[in-house]
Amino acid sequence: MELIWQGLVKAFQMLFALDPEVLEVTWLTLKVSGTATLVSVLIGVPLGAILALGRFPGRNFLVSLANFGMGLPPVVVGLWVSIFLWRSGPFGDLNIIYTPLAIIIAQAVIASPIVVSFTLAAIQQINPRLRMQLLALGANRLQMLWSLVKEAKLGLLAAVMAGFGGVVSEVGASMMVGGNIKGQTRVLTTATVMEVNKGNFDVAIALSIILLLLAYGVTALLTILQQWRSNNG
Amino acid sequence: MLSKKRFLPLAILLIFILSIVGCAQQQPQQQAPPAAEQTKDVILATTTSTQDSGLLDVLVPEFEKKTGYVVKTVAVGTGAAITMGQKGEADVLLTHAPSQEKPIVDNGEAINYQLVMHNDFIIVGPESDPAQIKGTATAAEAFKKINEKGALFISRGDNSGTHTMEKNLWKAAGITPTVSDKYQETGQGMGQTLTVAQQKEGYTLTDRATYLAQKKNLSLAILVEGEKALLNIYHVMQVNPEKFPKVNAAGAKAFVEFMIAPDTQKIISEFKVAEYGQPLFYADAGKNEADLGK
Repeated sequence: MELIWQGLVKAFQMLFALDPEVLEVTWLTLKVSGTATLVSVLIGVPLGAILALGRFPGRNFLVSLANFGMGLPPVVVGLWVSIFLWRSGPFGDLNIIYTPLAIIIAQAVIASPIVVSFTLAAIQQINPRLRMQLLALGANRLQMLWSLVKEAKLGLLAAVMAGFGGVVSEVGASMMVGGNIKGQTRVLTTATVMEVNKGNFDVAIALSIILLLLAYGVTALLTILQQWRSNNG
Repeated sequence: MLSKKRFLPLAILLIFILSIVGCAQQQPQQQAPPAAEQTKDVILATTTSTQDSGLLDVLVPEFEKKTGYVVKTVAVGTGAAITMGQKGEADVLLTHAPSQEKPIVDNGEAINYQLVMHNDFIIVGPESDPAQIKGTATAAEAFKKINEKGALFISRGDNSGTHTMEKNLWKAAGITPTVSDKYQETGQGMGQTLTVAQQKEGYTLTDRATYLAQKKNLSLAILVEGEKALLNIYHVMQVNPEKFPKVNAAGAKAFVEFMIAPDTQKIISEFKVAEYGQPLFYADAGKNEADLGK
C-alpha cells in the first residue's frame, strides 16, 4: 500500500514540478503516437471505404485480413519492422532504426488494420439508399464518398480513438525499433518498463498515471468532437 | 451540404491533427541530420547492468559533450549485444562476458578490445537461507548445495553476461541444470529477475551494481561473495569496420578511447560511492585482466 501511495505522490510531484525529462518523454509519446494514428487514418480510411463500398473478388478475404490485423501483436510488428530497418536489412541505408520515425512506422502498421476495420463497419452500416439518393441528386463519385465519410463520422472518430489507444499503450514494438534511447526514442511505455527494471517502482507508477492521463485526455477531446457532431446533426 | 455546424468540429479535428504532425516534423528539422552528419550517431550495444545501475546516464552525456557524437544506447543482454556486433548492427560494444567476447575478438569481428572496469557477482537469497550456503568457500560449492537441498534458484536464462557466468559456475559444480520447479528461468533483465527471486524467495546470481541499486526494494541477503571466479569484468570494443562498412568507425573508436581515458575512469570509480558507501564499479583501464582481484 505504501508503494502505491509513494507512486501517487511521485506522480503529482513530477507533473506539477514540470520535470523536464518527464515532459519530454510525454511530449514525444504524444507526437509519435499522434503521427502514427494520423498515418493510419490516411491509409485506413480510404482502404476501409473501398472495402465497404466495393464489390470485387477476394473482398471477403481482405476484410477478414483487416479484422485479423486488429489483433496484430506489437512485438511481432516490432520484430519485422526491425528486420527491415536494421543495417543488414533492405532499408538499412536509410538509418531509420532507433529513431522516432521507426516507432511511427511500427505503430502505423499496428493501427492501420484497426482503422480499416472500424471504417469498414462505419460506412457499411449507412443505409445503402443514401448512396442512391446522393447519386440521384447529381453528386459525383467523390462528392458521394465525402458525404458518406461525413455520415459515418461517429464511427470514424471511434476508429481514430481505437487506433490511438492501440498504439499509445503498446510497448513491445516501441522498445524493439526505438531502443528506449534517452532523449530520442524514450516514450512513456518503454520508460515505465525501464524504471521497473531499475527498481524505481514509484517513478514507474508515476509514469503509468501520466500515460493514463494522456490517453484519456486525447480520447476525451476526440469524444467531444464525436458527440458534438451527433448532438447537433 | 457543408453547413457551418458540421464543418466546425471537422475543422477543429483537422487543426488538432495538423498541429501534432507539425510538431512532429519540427523535431527532425531541429536536429536536422543531413546525410553527412548522420555518422554523428554511435550505436552502443551494452548490457542492462550499465543502464539499470545509472552509470550510462552519467557517462553518455559526458561523451556527447566532449566529442559531439550522439550515442544511441541499446541496453540488451551481453549475448544479444554481441550478436548485434556480429551482424554489424552496433558500432561499439560494452559487455561483461569474456568467455563470449574472446571468440569475436579472435575472429576479427571486434577490434580494439579494452578492459574498462570490474565489480563482482554475488549469490543472493532469502535471509533464512534454506540451503545453508552462507559461508561456503566457493560459488560452485554453494550451487551444489542449492541443487542437493532442492532449493529454488532463479536464472536469468537470457544468454546475458550474468547468465553466462551462472552457466560456467554450474559447470564447475558438475551440474547441468534443467528447467523445473526448482530451477526457473525469467528470460528478463537483472532488475526484474531480482524482483522475481524476491517474490518467490529463491536464490539468484547477480552483479553487485544492480543488487545495490535495487537494495531498497529487496530483503534478499548476500550469501556468497569474494571469490576470484566471481569477478565481473567489463570490456569495451569496436565492431570491425572492415567487416561491416556501415559501422561508424570513428565514433566507435572515440567511445573506446573515452571509456579508458583517465577522466572517465575517475568518474567510474567514484560513481555512487557516496550513496552506497562502496563503489559499484572498479576502474581497470590499462590493467592486466589476470591481475584483477589480487
